[in-house]
Amino acid sequence: MSYVMAGTAATLFGLGTYLLLQRKLSRIIIGLSLLSHGANVLFVNSGRSGVAPFVGKGDAADMADPIPQALVLTAIVISFATTTLLLALAYRSWLLTDDDEVDDDVEDRVIGRHGHLDTEVSDEAALAAAVSVAAEEELPDGHEPEVVP
Amino acid sequence: MTALLTLHAVTGAIAILFGRRLGRRAVYVAGLGPLVTFAWLIAEFGTILDREPITESVRWVPRLGLDFDLRADGFGALMLLLVAGIGVLVFVYSNAYFPPNKEGLGRLIGLVGLFAGSMVGLVLADNLLILYGFWELTTITSFLLIGNDHTDARARAAALQALLVTGAGGLAMLAGLLIVGHEAETFSLSGLIADPPAPSTALTVGLALVLVGAFSKSAQWPFHGWLPGAMVAPTPVSAYLHSATMVKAGVYLIARLAPAFAGPVGWWRPAVVTIGLTTMVVGGLRALRQTDLKLLLAFGTVSQLGMMVAVFGLGTADAVAAGSVLLLGHAAFKAAAFMVVGALDHAHGTRDLRRLPRPERGQRPVALIGAIAAASMAGVPFALGFVAKEYDLEALQHSPWAPGLVTAAAVVGSALTAAYSLRFFWGSIGRMATESPDPAVAARRSPPGLVVPGLVLTAATFVAGVVPDVLDRLVSASAASLRPTVGSVHLDVFHGFNLTLVLSLVALGGGALIFALRRPLEPVLALGGELPVTAATGYAAALRALNRTADRVTGVVQNGSLPIYLGVIVLTAAIVPGTLLLSGAWNDGDGAIVDSWSQAAIAALILGAAAAATALHRRFTAALFLGVVGYAMAGLFVVRGAPDLAVTQVGIETLTTVLFVLVLRRLPDRFEQRTAAPMRVLRIGVAVVVGLTVFGLALATGAEDPATTVSDTFIERAYPDGHGRNVVNVILVDFRGFDTLGEITVLAAAAIGAVALARAGRRPGGVRDSAAPPPVPLDRITVLEVSTKVVFIALSTAAIYLLLAGHNQPGGGFAGGIVAGAAVALRYISGGIESVRRLSRSKPWTPLGVGLITAAGAAIVPLLFGGSVLESGVHTLDVPVLGEVKLTSALAFDTGVFLVVIGLAMMVFESFGDDPPARSRDTAGGTR
Repeated sequence: MSYVMAGTAATLFGLGTYLLLQRKLSRIIIGLSLLSHGANVLFVNSGRSGVAPFVGKGDAADMADPIPQALVLTAIVISFATTTLLLALAYRSWLLTDDDEVDDDVEDRVIGRHGHLDTEVSDEAALAAAVSVAAEEELPDGHEPEVVP
Repeated sequence: MTALLTLHAVTGAIAILFGRRLGRRAVYVAGLGPLVTFAWLIAEFGTILDREPITESVRWVPRLGLDFDLRADGFGALMLLLVAGIGVLVFVYSNAYFPPNKEGLGRLIGLVGLFAGSMVGLVLADNLLILYGFWELTTITSFLLIGNDHTDARARAAALQALLVTGAGGLAMLAGLLIVGHEAETFSLSGLIADPPAPSTALTVGLALVLVGAFSKSAQWPFHGWLPGAMVAPTPVSAYLHSATMVKAGVYLIARLAPAFAGPVGWWRPAVVTIGLTTMVVGGLRALRQTDLKLLLAFGTVSQLGMMVAVFGLGTADAVAAGSVLLLGHAAFKAAAFMVVGALDHAHGTRDLRRLPRPERGQRPVALIGAIAAASMAGVPFALGFVAKEYDLEALQHSPWAPGLVTAAAVVGSALTAAYSLRFFWGSIGRMATESPDPAVAARRSPPGLVVPGLVLTAATFVAGVVPDVLDRLVSASAASLRPTVGSVHLDVFHGFNLTLVLSLVALGGGALIFALRRPLEPVLALGGELPVTAATGYAAALRALNRTADRVTGVVQNGSLPIYLGVIVLTAAIVPGTLLLSGAWNDGDGAIVDSWSQAAIAALILGAAAAATALHRRFTAALFLGVVGYAMAGLFVVRGAPDLAVTQVGIETLTTVLFVLVLRRLPDRFEQRTAAPMRVLRIGVAVVVGLTVFGLALATGAEDPATTVSDTFIERAYPDGHGRNVVNVILVDFRGFDTLGEITVLAAAAIGAVALARAGRRPGGVRDSAAPPPVPLDRITVLEVSTKVVFIALSTAAIYLLLAGHNQPGGGFAGGIVAGAAVALRYISGGIESVRRLSRSKPWTPLGVGLITAAGAAIVPLLFGGSVLESGVHTLDVPVLGEVKLTSALAFDTGVFLVVIGLAMMVFESFGDDPPARSRDTAGGTR
């Protein structure tokens, strides 16, 4: 791959990543689009270059590699679908909060700060331990144990 | 043998599914499995005992070397005898034990049947991975059976403990089996034993992991805590799974492996024998302090399993024979003992040895069974347990590793065994002091179903104890199958006055002494529960620690900030391949600076627009520059010889830009918030790392130049096989059609998701609020309307042309659909959403669905004609005016793609296209 094309893909990836790390959903979407453009640049440049791959339009050896093209074709359409879905999220965010900013998840923050022990598993463990320890505590032989209802 | 497994599975499933209707009759259904297995075993017994293993193989995944190999040899037959024989008795017992109307009885019985099948599979499997599969099936059925009474928190806790301990051990074992199998270059169990791999570090790790699995399954210290807990299961289940069969799985595996590895692998004997004997002593000590008879027996089982592990772990010729006898003896007396406890519990409603009354007349047969079982457990002469103990002590004396120490420990363990056997006898039936409080209870007879199975086992124990010769052939075959050099074994009750007899008597006498002096000895006996890591506290502490660690990790990793999540992901994705790149020769330096100057110009345009889209702080402008990047990409595709891509890219870019405009018109014009400088630096840092990695990756892939690629094959076969000249299109709709089908499904899902998100909380039909003002009609411009109509028709025609021609010329379903979508966008711009809706009476999701169904149908139809999925056919029509028209089945598929893409475009306008709802809390769908 030529240095120019490699540099183009790399720059698109870099710019896309920079936008991806923002909080505004619309910038994230633009970043994702740039990322997918970068990936497409990589793909179409990965195969050999040549005339368009149509049977009968020339020698097979002169044709551009058709496989990356098929991959990119689906990638273009899929990234459109992704963009649509994310824009719908931005739209929804606007409906609810007047903005498309992605705030921190409050629940996650709580866990991160204080710890949030899920007690169920430990309780069951303690119970299992208690059951097996209780069996050890033997009463004297003549002594009638309390009847547990 | 496969049929036997199937029978178990089917009858077990029937018992579970129709449990409610079958009631207690489920026992007859699920019991069929063990019964037939038992009959089969008896029929084949002669062959197997003549040391002719019966094998069966079903090819399963040949490429992975995974065949469903079954093999019944001597040792397998011995285990099968226990599984099927005791299985039948347990089913008979269950029939009397459970009340007929017990809730969930069918499920319980069916699970026992399924367990029996898994156990049969486990002992017959000759492939390590198949063995592992059955191993885990027994773990799961055991979990379900322990937790049978799911309303009881104790049962749930015990079931969970058993599952976690044996399941974790099982996973370790799987890893170990894979390593061992890799070292041995075979996954056949018999092949592994016949030709064991040479000792190596890998083998050591593998065997250690396998042993962890075996120890956890067979309740060896320090993993034994789950077995006493498992006693919350109904008594027949305890008798079957948790004493006679399942817990012997670990012993079984050790017995199989020991003869091959105990000698060459130096640490094997010290490790296995030490764990076994430690378990034996700890289990014995703890059994002496139990008041619940079932718990007493459970700790006794732990102790006996320890002895089996120690004996089989030796792997010597004496040991494999002695171990086989012990397996038989233990299964017979322990199952019988459990049946006695069950019968007493059934009669008196308790199994606490402080509260059980003295057995009266009606309980005499039960008392007899209990007495003989206890005698065999203790090792009293003329019971099978005595014979077994004699041979075990004999084998341990000849241990190649520390014979003195090993024998002494075994004698101590045996003395403890004798003591707790005495305690069992005294606690259940032998206590003469306590008078029965209630004559009615005392007279209660146990039903024959509770007595007969125990009697059968007791009779076997007694007969084999007096004339052990009856077991000669079975034990010989079993020992020989484990260690082929073993000749025939002859069992005797009396071997003359030798050291072994003395040791046996010492053990018996010591046991009696310990029992008599149990009160003064109390502090010593308490030691069993006070080892540094007792199973119960260790398990609880481990779970707590796991929970806390998980919490800490979650706290750090899931801190709630989207940029940080994405940053971590992106950075990982960049750094991992990046480091690999740096370590290799990633660039040979002969790449051209630029392919052509037209490409350089396009690249400059792309980069300039992309930089603008990134740097600008107005939403609209940024989106427009993104559009410029897209169109420039189309130019790049043209230069690279990809007209299909160019057409699609232009269409998509148009739609995307319209889409951005539709959504962004609602959002504030500028991105207001400026972030702090450190965050910006961090972002730029991550972005630079990603960019550099991609740069290196691009040059590295460019350096690779495979001589022939699959592409050439595709170009060659496109016309003959795919009936199309456009290779890209043939790949999409034919060669890789399945991928495309999956992809348009994703498209449909995304479209539905977008509509759902955008329209949630709104009423159908676009009428949001009757109080809201009616939409303001747009000013109509005649010129625009007329020209729109003309262009719309032109675009639609072009779309259909692209679809039809796409197989041979540039175009195809995607390109055609996108152009049609652009036509819809045009309608929208001139006439708003109403104009789009007027296009068709159908809802926008109709083309989406029809498209998906068409594509899927085109994929499946060839199946009806005996072809394969997506096989293309071609049909030539002679149309009068147009001449010869070729119709390929790929066209139908492509039409599906076309319709899905049109549907997607229409869904976009349906989602965002209607007039902006007045932004207020009241009309925001009430979601606040």
